[in-house]
Amino acid sequence: MFTIKQHLMAQSIEEGYETLVKNRNNMILGGTGFLRLGNKNINIGIDLSNLELDYIREGEDNIEIGPMTTFRSIETNKLLKENFDGVVAKSVEEIVGIQLRSVITAGATVASKYGFSDFITALLSLDTHIELYKGGILSLEEYLSEEKVPKDILVKIIIKKDGKRAAFKAMRNSKSDYAILNCAVSCLDGEYRVAVGARPGRAVVKIINNDELINNIDKKIEEVVDEMKFGTNMRASGKYREMIAKVLIRRSIEELK
Amino acid sequence: MEIKLKINGINKEVTIKDGEYLQSALKRLGFLNVRKGCETGSCGLCTVLLNGKPTLSCSTLAVRGIGKEITTLEGESVEVAKFAEVLTDEGADQCGYCSPGFTLTVIAMKRELESPTIDEIKHYLTGNLCRCTGYMGQLRAVKKYMEVK
Ligand SMILES: Cc1cc2nc3c(=O)[nH]c(=O)nc-3n(C[C@H](O)[C@H](O)[C@H](O)COP(=O)(O)OP(=O)(O)OC[C@H]3O[C@@H](n4cnc5c(N)ncnc54)[C@H](O)[C@@H]3O)c2cc1C
Ligand code: FES
Ligand code: FES
Repeated sequence: MFTIKQHLMAQSIEEGYETLVKNRNNMILGGTGFLRLGNKNINIGIDLSNLELDYIREGEDNIEIGPMTTFRSIETNKLLKENFDGVVAKSVEEIVGIQLRSVITAGATVASKYGFSDFITALLSLDTHIELYKGGILSLEEYLSEEKVPKDILVKIIIKKDGKRAAFKAMRNSKSDYAILNCAVSCLDGEYRVAVGARPGRAVVKIINNDELINNIDKKIEEVVDEMKFGTNMRASGKYREMIAKVLIRRSIEELK
Repeated sequence: MEIKLKINGINKEVTIKDGEYLQSALKRLGFLNVRKGCETGSCGLCTVLLNGKPTLSCSTLAVRGIGKEITTLEGESVEVAKFAEVLTDEGADQCGYCSPGFTLTVIAMKRELESPTIDEIKHYLTGNLCRCTGYMGQLRAVKKYMEVK
């Protein structure tokens, strides 16, 4: 059972951060969809829901997503549907049902670096940065490569609007189940960014240039997949995942050609 | 903690524990139609409408209901009666445990989607599990209620 001793409606991000670092058992509350599945004893649950962090905005050359934005908003947002072939919106639409997607939040998912995340895989195929309250702005790839989840607050997700085309694919045993493997590929100026997640580890990204695909697409994909590690868990074996990865990457590239 | 919640159009003063979820608060207030199935966010039985949007009350903290319109089955009596009629016509009412959450989602869908396809309907309803009906009768009823072929 998960408990919250005290609930704090933070008046500012600063107040939230100060509270967060004061005690090991103080925690930021996202949508609390996931937190409640665990058995954490939270001392102070820090609620950011009054700070207008629920937004999807178009900047000069970026799309900015606030941490408290729900997956349902991401799924239905016009801006996200119109850019990158809708890959960001598509990545979340099979996550359980719309009722859960109306609860769970973008910031919590990315900050936690969940390996199973469909959303992170889509973001990773694009030019995505995140902003941490103390840690500043860094690329999503850099953030994921650090083993630890920092004691910090994710305040913004920033996607560069550079006209990439993109595709998202996931393999699930049944609709709304966790993905056995997911994959997002983007394409710009002859460069493919191939992101693969639910391996079951954290999503990773590899680059393929168009000219490397011309002669033997299957061989190149095999090389890329060889560089990624695939693990076994209750859902699938590493070997099976590896085979699925090749198919999903190939289909994504074909779709973008 | 004392909070104010607007439930089915009526303002109520509610005393909640820190970290309490909306489902348990609503149940305590006597809204027994707000059911609980899995308590892990997977079944949709605890669905209520928050500002008209189907939301899991088992996974939403009660404080997140402040300043919003909370609607349970009791707050939608006209539409509920309409849908119940088509549902029974199609023989899709069985144990009924999933009905409140399911019915509220269907009502919200009718307001949100304009002439949806069958796939769009299924997509909207995916988060609603039912252990009895096998879904086919429910789907027939939904199509009738939504007036789609
Ligand atoms: C039943 C179920 C099925 C799911 N299936 C899938 C699936 O198929 N695919 C998929 O991709 N995901 C899936 N998810 C996960 C979901 O996408 C979310 O990632 C998850 O629920 C966390 O979001 P939340 O808003 O609930 O976060 P919470 O539970 O509130 O928080 C999770 C963690 O993030 C921290 N946190 C919250 N906000 C911030 C912030 N701004 N900065 C720093 N840290 C923060 C919290 O302290 C906590 O440690 C599923 C979740 C559930 C409950
Ligand atoms: S009880 Fe809330 S989703 Fe199952
Ligand atoms: S009718 Fe029994 S759970 Fe749906």
